[in-house]
Amino acid sequence: MNIFNPILILAGAFLAVFGEATLAAPRQWLGVQFDWLPALMVFAALNTGLVTVALLAVLGGLWFDSLSANPLGVSILPLLAVGFPIYLRRDLILRDRPFTQLVLGAVASAAAPALTLLMLLSSGAELLLGWGTLWQGLVVTATGALATPFIFSLMETCHRAFGYQPRVEGGFRHDREIQRSRKKL
Amino acid sequence: MFKQKNYLALGAVVIVAVVLLSLPTRATSRLKLAIGSWFLPLFGLADTTQRLPADLADSVLPRRELLHQIDMLRRENQQLKSQAVQSIAIARENNQLRTLFNWQRQSPWKLKLANVVLRDPANWWRTVQIDLGSRDGLRENLPVITATGLVGRVSSVSLTRAQVILVGDPNCRVSALVENPARDMGVLLAGGTLDTSLVELTYLASSANLKPGQNVITSGLGGIFPKGIPIGQIVDSRSVEYGLYTDARVKLNANLGSLEQVWVLFP
Repeated sequence: MNIFNPILILAGAFLAVFGEATLAAPRQWLGVQFDWLPALMVFAALNTGLVTVALLAVLGGLWFDSLSANPLGVSILPLLAVGFPIYLRRDLILRDRPFTQLVLGAVASAAAPALTLLMLLSSGAELLLGWGTLWQGLVVTATGALATPFIFSLMETCHRAFGYQPRVEGGFRHDREIQRSRKKL
Repeated sequence: MFKQKNYLALGAVVIVAVVLLSLPTRATSRLKLAIGSWFLPLFGLADTTQRLPADLADSVLPRRELLHQIDMLRRENQQLKSQAVQSIAIARENNQLRTLFNWQRQSPWKLKLANVVLRDPANWWRTVQIDLGSRDGLRENLPVITATGLVGRVSSVSLTRAQVILVGDPNCRVSALVENPARDMGVLLAGGTLDTSLVELTYLASSANLKPGQNVITSGLGGIFPKGIPIGQIVDSRSVEYGLYTDARVKLNANLGSLEQVWVLFP
């Protein structure tokens, strides 16, 4: 793992938040705005270090809240609560399987907004809630689940295209090379 | 599993979140605007991308079509000019009558056009951001309208941008008046979570005689929205709390789902 992955993830989070705030089509067609940060958090927790997970939680949460009417910082802890347990158990998770990515994406996409709502409600905020919220939760979960394997393959493609690969030491040694040449008699 | 660095990272993020959540409101809003300004370079890019198809379509529009449109606009302009002359005469007459009866004169609305640049990414708020700020004279609680009706009010202002709470958000309550013989009054509250075009008009009198299609306008009470801004039409009504008062659903005139340009009203 090199520095390219954290930069790519944070840039992805920045663009994801901007896209969520500017794309009106999902809200017009489905009445819901998608949330891609939990799916990115799943990728970060499974493929990068703890610093990246923490940075994504803090910066992603701050960017999201700065464009929203949310109190600043309220989205940080839900993102961390999603990413941290996955990071701790990642050795036991079959991270390369698309089905695993799908399930983790669904769980993260359902849990992060639910935890944010819980925090907002406990602070006494008046929110736009109703039966439609269940539909919104369902769509956000489904789109988050579908987005996670896509993010995995996209990040892998980007990493192959732009990132540098670690140098692999081969078994060949120059000092042990047998010099072969025709000797002139 | 739980190493020291894990504790440190977890603790650091929790401390950052707690500190941010416990900051005073003014500091939080300043910080919010500062972080939000990181997205400024992307606004221009998004704007250019959105304009590109329209510019391309304009460049291939035939000259005959353009001349036809200019002719249509000239006629419309002449009609509007004659209407403006009529309305000036009516306003003058109205002011003379008000002076005769010692009534307070109505001051004309001053409007400023703004573009909607962002929508709230969270599903539980109904807000947008516009490209006017304090340098354009905006301040909190100014009404925001479109040509068709009420949109909301300005909730927070930075130098270059402002956040508008839309009608239907629980934090945007509007005192409204039904245009029927009884002039029933109520309060506009939150709308549906999925349908942005319907809002709830509540606290109407139990004897309110509401019929579908009746117009709803702002009542002027509350000190934020001036009287007479069209809001929408009554869809249906029902008696609530064992007949204590009446609730009605109102279909908004303004299409909040596809707002592109709005007018900020300076009363």
